[in-house]
Amino acid sequence: MRYPWFRLAIFIVGCVFPAWWLYEAAMNLLGPDPGKIMMDRLGLGALTFLLVTLSMTPLQKLTGWSGWIVVRRQLGLWVFAYIVLHILCYLFFILGLDWGQLAVELRKRPYIIVGALGFLCLLALAVTSNRYSQRRLGARWKKLHRLVYLVLGLGLLHFLWIVRSDLREWAVYAFIGTLLMVLRIPAVGRGLSRVGRKQGRAV
Amino acid sequence: MLIKLPRSSECKASEITPEGIYLSRRTLLGGSLAGLTLGALPGRAGAAEVSRYADVQAGAAPAWFTDKLAATRWQAVTVKGEAITPFKDATHYNNFYEFGPDKGDPAANGDSLKTEPWSIVVDGEVGKPGRYALEDFVKPYQLEERIYRLRCVEAWSMVIPWLGFPLAQVLQQVEPTSRARYVRFETLKDPQHMPGQRSGFALIDWPYREGLRLDEAMHPLAILAVGMYGRELPNQNGAPLRLVVPWKYGFKSIKSIVRISLVAEQPGTTWEGLAPDEYGFYANVNPEVDHPRWTQARERRLPSGLFSPNVRETQMFNGYADEVASLYTGLDLRKNY
Repeated sequence: MRYPWFRLAIFIVGCVFPAWWLYEAAMNLLGPDPGKIMMDRLGLGALTFLLVTLSMTPLQKLTGWSGWIVVRRQLGLWVFAYIVLHILCYLFFILGLDWGQLAVELRKRPYIIVGALGFLCLLALAVTSNRYSQRRLGARWKKLHRLVYLVLGLGLLHFLWIVRSDLREWAVYAFIGTLLMVLRIPAVGRGLSRVGRKQGRAV
Repeated sequence: MLIKLPRSSECKASEITPEGIYLSRRTLLGGSLAGLTLGALPGRAGAAEVSRYADVQAGAAPAWFTDKLAATRWQAVTVKGEAITPFKDATHYNNFYEFGPDKGDPAANGDSLKTEPWSIVVDGEVGKPGRYALEDFVKPYQLEERIYRLRCVEAWSMVIPWLGFPLAQVLQQVEPTSRARYVRFETLKDPQHMPGQRSGFALIDWPYREGLRLDEAMHPLAILAVGMYGRELPNQNGAPLRLVVPWKYGFKSIKSIVRISLVAEQPGTTWEGLAPDEYGFYANVNPEVDHPRWTQARERRLPSGLFSPNVRETQMFNGYADEVASLYTGLDLRKNY
């Protein structure tokens, strides 16, 4: 296995945040509505991991270091893990495990529908993230995994529809997301590789 | 016209609060002895009253507040069988966008607000318009403690012991003209001391504005509050003067009021202006009319712990239906949300 310490470090980072939040909640440090805070943090955490995942390819092009690509799958799986926890928080703390209400929400609330679609896409990516699926799906695997761009769009829309009065935080995430998408435009991407190669020679 | 209605929500003092909230009898006795001693010192009389509720952070009460506190009618209105929200939660989980969009922002940034001196403009369709210094504005009224449920439109709720006086008494004092149909309220606009008003990303058009129909404003449950938990209002809770309308969603209970206008037409209000399909002028607590983005049938009564979630059914008019439902006879509450 290449870069084992880098992989391990990312694994630890992924574990530390929810563990820390759980500790805070247990010590009553999250205020009177810890379930809601937990849900919000997990959602933002997932979006952050998604943006980090999507920066791996540009970083690899820029620096030429292959370590970025090696951890990309793990980062993607952290997005999935955080979203699963985010949904569990929603079901448990917000809906109070009222399944009838869940059916209503899934029909009536656009931001819930968009969130649920995003989750289904992530689920498809997570279950096909193993080597076996990669071999099975062959060329189709790459196509399927372009769904990650759709997940970013759905996630940002889900977030936008929750904002009540101040767009600052959303704007920061949306800006980074847009930037990462711009870097994927072929012409821009080639430019990035050229910069990376020049730096490579200079070193 | 203060009508004293016997309310179904009323009960004996012993029924409202779990024993743990109140100090034991012995401590209270000791406390009042200490209070007597302290009471001899000028300006410290409020300190003894603070101990009515557990873990209340003492403030720096202005003299006019301390003077009024002595004559307070404690527990004038109470809530049956529901625990009062801990002071820490009621003061550290707030929506007060003038101080930032997060729940902790008002407590973190509220200190920058200067509440002394403070004046209130009364204008519009009134016989006695004018600008009043806060201490003169509140002078005629006796403080009452009103323990009310507070239901936020975001589906969380608390139970808070306010100190204030009926809005109706103020309105009578300023003599509305026959053209007055609505009351319009305005919060301070002071970007220098209110960081949220400096945010370039805020969707709110400052100052914050709210309004009531005149008959709603005259209802005995509607109060102007100057204190809570036996002390003056902390800045994050709308110091020095705020509205409390317990049968409506929390955003109607406008904070840090600087202007009260009586007007002939229904005034534009902040959240209604921002998202008219989500927030109506009436904003009565109604479990049957959903917010477009979430259900209003249920609420999280705070504190709602991670290991003991406290989700409960929302009551019509937040449990004040007996008192206020008659205000809305013949009004389609689905249309007038």
